[in-house]
Amino acid sequence: MNIGIYVIPVVLTIILAFGLIRRQPVFELFIKGARQGIASVFKIIPSIIALVCAVTMLRSSGLLDALINLVSPVLEPLGFPPQLLPLSLLRPVSGSGSLAVLSDIYKNFGADSFIGKAASVMMGSTETTFYAIAVYFGSVGISKTRHTVPAALMADFTGMVMAVLSTRLF
Amino acid sequence: MMNYIWSGIILLSVVYSLFSGGASALTDSVMEGAKSALTLIAATAGMMCFWSGIMEIARSSGITEAVAKVFKPVFRLLIPEHADDKEVCSAVSMNISANLLGLGNAATPLGIRAMSLMQAKNGSDTASNSMVMFVVLNTASLQLVPTTIAVLRAENGSNDPMGIITNIWLCSVAALIVGISCAKVLGSRGSRL
Repeated sequence: MNIGIYVIPVVLTIILAFGLIRRQPVFELFIKGARQGIASVFKIIPSIIALVCAVTMLRSSGLLDALINLVSPVLEPLGFPPQLLPLSLLRPVSGSGSLAVLSDIYKNFGADSFIGKAASVMMGSTETTFYAIAVYFGSVGISKTRHTVPAALMADFTGMVMAVLSTRLF
Repeated sequence: MMNYIWSGIILLSVVYSLFSGGASALTDSVMEGAKSALTLIAATAGMMCFWSGIMEIARSSGITEAVAKVFKPVFRLLIPEHADDKEVCSAVSMNISANLLGLGNAATPLGIRAMSLMQAKNGSDTASNSMVMFVVLNTASLQLVPTTIAVLRAENGSNDPMGIITNIWLCSVAALIVGISCAKVLGSRGSRL
């Protein structure tokens, strides 16, 4: 269960050791990469603001709870927490949007609650499928994506169901 | 698509709050939302920069090429049309490395490079099996280090921010296996038609 605490030290050690053995200017390289990192952070700030505001409005208007209550009778017998529905719907479409929903879930249920944990796993094991498909195929001018969408959605669906199951079990 | 989702969320919230009498809470929540958006960014920006820096060290010291070598048999299975193309393999492994480190934003440009290299060989408006497989890999999110999630959990008072890591691995691998199998099965059926 505690493998998690070793991942970061191990990854860091391997990469730095490799860099030093290959006589790379590791510090300068780090600065260069981190500068690109801050550029991509800046790029996503506007969409994060747009979506966090929208999700906060959805929550405070009471509409989110009303929707959750509406779907509860269907989802609860299946063992799927209805509070996770907004995340699972938004996750394939928008990275910033699902991040906004995730942080909203942490605030309302707590990061270590069952909902909080299952949401974390769901967020970590799925991707912004439609965004990735649009960007990757769009960038090279491919319009016939064939079986990409069904295969990717099957993967997402598996990730989501497994997220709830594994959080229940472990 | 985001135009409708985003404006839909806001408009429906406004309409609902008018009927349920929550209009003043809604007004406050706009300010609160803008503030918590910046908190969210501030919480995750540092880690994103940190891992981007580490990624650059990995790239420049040739780790990604070593990774490409190790993954050669995997590439033969997943992107058979390009398994012997060094450039494609190195672009794909850089994209996978960035995904493994939880750097979705850094992985995208690397993935686009891999796609355009594959498209050079494909040269039509229909995706090749390898391209479909590559995009499916990118939508299944295999993360070794769930950076953003761990930081957000810590920020929200988690006692064990990394505690979910094994679960994430388990679920990602399950999603990946299903995604790869579906792509393989559907892909081979499509080529026979």
